[in-house]
Amino acid sequence: MWDFPLFPQSASTHAPKVDAVYIGLMIVSAAFTLSFAFFVLYFAVKYRRGSRADRSGIQDSNPIAEAVYITVPTLLGIGLFVWGALVYFELVSPPGDAVDIYVIGKQWMWKAQHPEGSKEINELHVPVGQPVRLVMTSQDVIHSFYIPAFRVKQDVLPGRYTTLWFQPTKVGRYRLFCAEYCGAEHSRMGGWVTVMEPSEYEEWLEGSSEQTGMAVAGEALFRQYHCSGCHGGNSTVKAPPLEGVFGGPVPLLNDPADPNSGVRIIQADERYLRDSILRPKDEVVAGYEPLMPSFEGQIPEEDMLKLVAYIKSIGRGRTTRPTTDRGMQDGEGAPSNITEIMGMGTGNGGDAR
Amino acid sequence: MSSEPHHDAPAQGPDLAGPDTGMAPGTIPTSGHAPGHDEHIHPAPRNPLFRYIFSTDHKVIGIQFLFSGLIFFVVGGLLALAIRWQLAWPWSDLPHLSALWDSSAGQMPPEFYNKLVTMHGTIMIFFVIIPILLGAFGNFLIPLMIGARDMAFPTLNMLSYWFMWPAFVLIVFSFFVPGGASEAGWTGYPPLSTAEWSTPGSLNGQTIWLMALLFAGISSMMGSINYITTVLMLRAPGMTLFRLPMTVWGLFITALLQAFALPVLTSALVMQLLDRVAGTNFFSPTGLSVANGPEEVGGGHPLLWQHLFWFYSHPAVYIMILPAMGIVSDVISTFSRKPLFGYKPMVFAIGAIALLGFIVWGHHMFQSGMNPALGATFMLSTMMIALPSAIKTFNWLGTMWGGSIHFTAAMLNAVAFVAMFVIGGLSGIFMAATPTDIHIHDTYFIVAHIHYVLFGGSSFGIFAALYYWFPKMFGRMMNETLGKIHFALSFVFFNGTFFPMHIVGMHAQPRRYADYTGFELFNNEAVIGLNQLMTVCAIGLGLSQLILVSNFVASLVAGRKAGANPWRANTLEWQTGSPPPHYNFERIPTVYHPAYEYSLPEAESDYLPQTEPRPPRAEPLDHIMA
Ligand code: HEM
Ligand SMILES: [Cu+2]
Repeated sequence: MWDFPLFPQSASTHAPKVDAVYIGLMIVSAAFTLSFAFFVLYFAVKYRRGSRADRSGIQDSNPIAEAVYITVPTLLGIGLFVWGALVYFELVSPPGDAVDIYVIGKQWMWKAQHPEGSKEINELHVPVGQPVRLVMTSQDVIHSFYIPAFRVKQDVLPGRYTTLWFQPTKVGRYRLFCAEYCGAEHSRMGGWVTVMEPSEYEEWLEGSSEQTGMAVAGEALFRQYHCSGCHGGNSTVKAPPLEGVFGGPVPLLNDPADPNSGVRIIQADERYLRDSILRPKDEVVAGYEPLMPSFEGQIPEEDMLKLVAYIKSIGRGRTTRPTTDRGMQDGEGAPSNITEIMGMGTGNGGDAR
Repeated sequence: MSSEPHHDAPAQGPDLAGPDTGMAPGTIPTSGHAPGHDEHIHPAPRNPLFRYIFSTDHKVIGIQFLFSGLIFFVVGGLLALAIRWQLAWPWSDLPHLSALWDSSAGQMPPEFYNKLVTMHGTIMIFFVIIPILLGAFGNFLIPLMIGARDMAFPTLNMLSYWFMWPAFVLIVFSFFVPGGASEAGWTGYPPLSTAEWSTPGSLNGQTIWLMALLFAGISSMMGSINYITTVLMLRAPGMTLFRLPMTVWGLFITALLQAFALPVLTSALVMQLLDRVAGTNFFSPTGLSVANGPEEVGGGHPLLWQHLFWFYSHPAVYIMILPAMGIVSDVISTFSRKPLFGYKPMVFAIGAIALLGFIVWGHHMFQSGMNPALGATFMLSTMMIALPSAIKTFNWLGTMWGGSIHFTAAMLNAVAFVAMFVIGGLSGIFMAATPTDIHIHDTYFIVAHIHYVLFGGSSFGIFAALYYWFPKMFGRMMNETLGKIHFALSFVFFNGTFFPMHIVGMHAQPRRYADYTGFELFNNEAVIGLNQLMTVCAIGLGLSQLILVSNFVASLVAGRKAGANPWRANTLEWQTGSPPPHYNFERIPTVYHPAYEYSLPEAESDYLPQTEPRPPRAEPLDHIMA
């Protein structure tokens, strides 16, 4: 048949323990289900209407049987509880020497910040063999940080920190998902966890500041062209913030010159970003003054691409979605916008290892 | 409990019942008559408007609930097929439906997929399972099975049906408002559900969703009050609590459960509604801003919703299974021609499930960041609630042991219920055990569990009830051969649809993903192949229901006429005409013994209606039970 592992890869100290509980439960369940199925079928045949089975001595209630089938499952249940609770407490008690990494979830991306200062989006680099504790929060709705290969999952809530810890045991690249339904592009909110040898990890920490992805370059340009002066976090000018704009709905004035002309809603796509930079007076966001100057002729196309890439990277994922091509080789799927644009990760192809 | 064994042939009604007469406290027993208003029989209204539409007759109301529920079953089922289509062949055109979304070159937008998931869950739970089990069978059966002429509050009963209509209209209407139907999942977690710009469905759809659920809740509340009062006050003489058939026990405890849990959901719905329309901040943390919306003042907490929601919705899952458990107990006993094994333990098990059901809600929130001590407590209580469930399955098995089993369509569905519930209950333990739940929470494993209990359990229970009581409801028999074919196909396709979900779930395929193929972990032949298999089976499952529909319709007009008691059953509803007259019983029956006196050695036939005294010399079948 297919090459089909029941469990995802197992790459943390938690994974074997969780799998053991799972297998234990499997055994108990299989035993119950099969013996139950056996008796149903056996009775169904033996005591079918008109059969000549001996029906004497059958009771309608039997205290001994009842005592047995109440005690046995109770004891089993308590045993499973104790086992489960022991593993559970381990799963929620990070060791003292864990390193902290900060994680922020937002529609629809994961941002991580290492204590040494490196920032990542939809990527998380960690050293092998080192307990890692994630301190997490959300900027908008509830998300859930899920690494199947580590058997860990933790909801991420706005206005509150939650934590999660794991100790990777194998070098490799593992998938990271958002498990709590968080809106339109929920199924695109994923990324990679890269487990590295400690020495490589040190190198990566140092080198990561020199990243030169399109979006990272765009972020520099965003400051260079003084976009951040108005659209930035601490600006005094009232301009719309750009986080989450791309891919989401934008309310525009019907008549850009008349604030009372009513509102229409469009989807922010690449065209909209570009036009807003070059001809800002044509499409005015409801609730804002048409203050922005035109950058027509001031930004070379190359820079424009980088700027758009940056705004997309802080946006909400794709607006046009390519059809998944089942004919694709190497198990490649529909590309995920964020990883692709960011030049991070390898799209979706490649091996997880 | 206290009624003594009745060794002697009875003489006059009421004093036979022993000390617990089943009388309403304070009423004076009149010989052979239930307390209440039975002395004057009201004739059925002549005006068809009041006879068939605005009727206060519990039987008409029950059938109204049944038809509405079945229609929504079709709607919910079609939504499910659209979901499965996207999962098997992501982004391919849905035949004939692509016109619904004019964008994206015929592909289903993810927003639309999310609406499907949300509305499928909402409709199936609040508009199908609960209305059919409680509204339809609860209404139709309670007065008939306890020997009453109607519910305690007939007008309230009528209102409980008509309060569903605003809910029906709103939920359908919500698809057509700007932004479309709600997209927040059937669980409606804030801030996704409260922030206006978080999803298109949050513009208007979510508000309508909240209002629809409020109406459905009010309807359920009216029903519950009525059921509780009726069972407590209107039992026929001799119908002690421990002579009630299990179906009535199931419905009665469910009504209690609902009466205590629903107010919590109602207040949560109102709070969310206020958050959305009146600017309150019950569920918004300070400074929350979603999708560049304006910052909220905040001060609330999103987890509050989860606690309130699950405080209702965990009991709600038992609201959706206890009536079916009662129904299945009666069906299995009748067709095994054997008393129900361990009647009293069964009653106590239902009671225990209901009580424990109030202290396990946290098992839906193990990942939300709860204190581990609390998590462990919820884990323990959840493991404990599996025990009474296990006891019940052993008792059903014990009922079949040594019986003389007649495999009618109803019996087949009832046995399937038991078998599927075993699987669903056991998968519940995987999720009760926190370490494994951390991995499988919000994956397809959960979806498998839900469907083993709600389709394999509740829905097969509904099928069993339909085949069993159809003759009573409409006076005609359903076709048994078609019934068996329908059962066999449903059973096979059901397992084909939902069993593989355990596998892909354990393999981490998340639920509520519009497209899982974007990740190489799932974009392989095995996972996609399994998903396609599930979709093919789901389509088969959907088509098999056409057999049920045609059987239902054909039997309604041309089925063989059913006598009063075609299954030769003991309970009271079979001791009157099929369909029963407007006033149910010509004379209020007197009840002499529990409902399960099948195959008494002393009796001539293999059943003994509750209205007939035991033959002389008959030992009580079971000293625990009598
Ligand atoms: C032996 C009894 C049962 C146990 C131990 C059990 C346990 C659980 C647990 C722990 C969860 C939460 C899983 C998670 O979200 O990670 C869950 C979810 C669920 N259960 Fe059960 N359960 C049992 C019976 C039932 C029954 C009888 C029903 C309904 C008839 C039911 C319906 C559901 C539903 C609908 C959910 C999913 C809610 C959602 O997240 O959408 N369960 N169950
Ligand atoms: Cu629950």
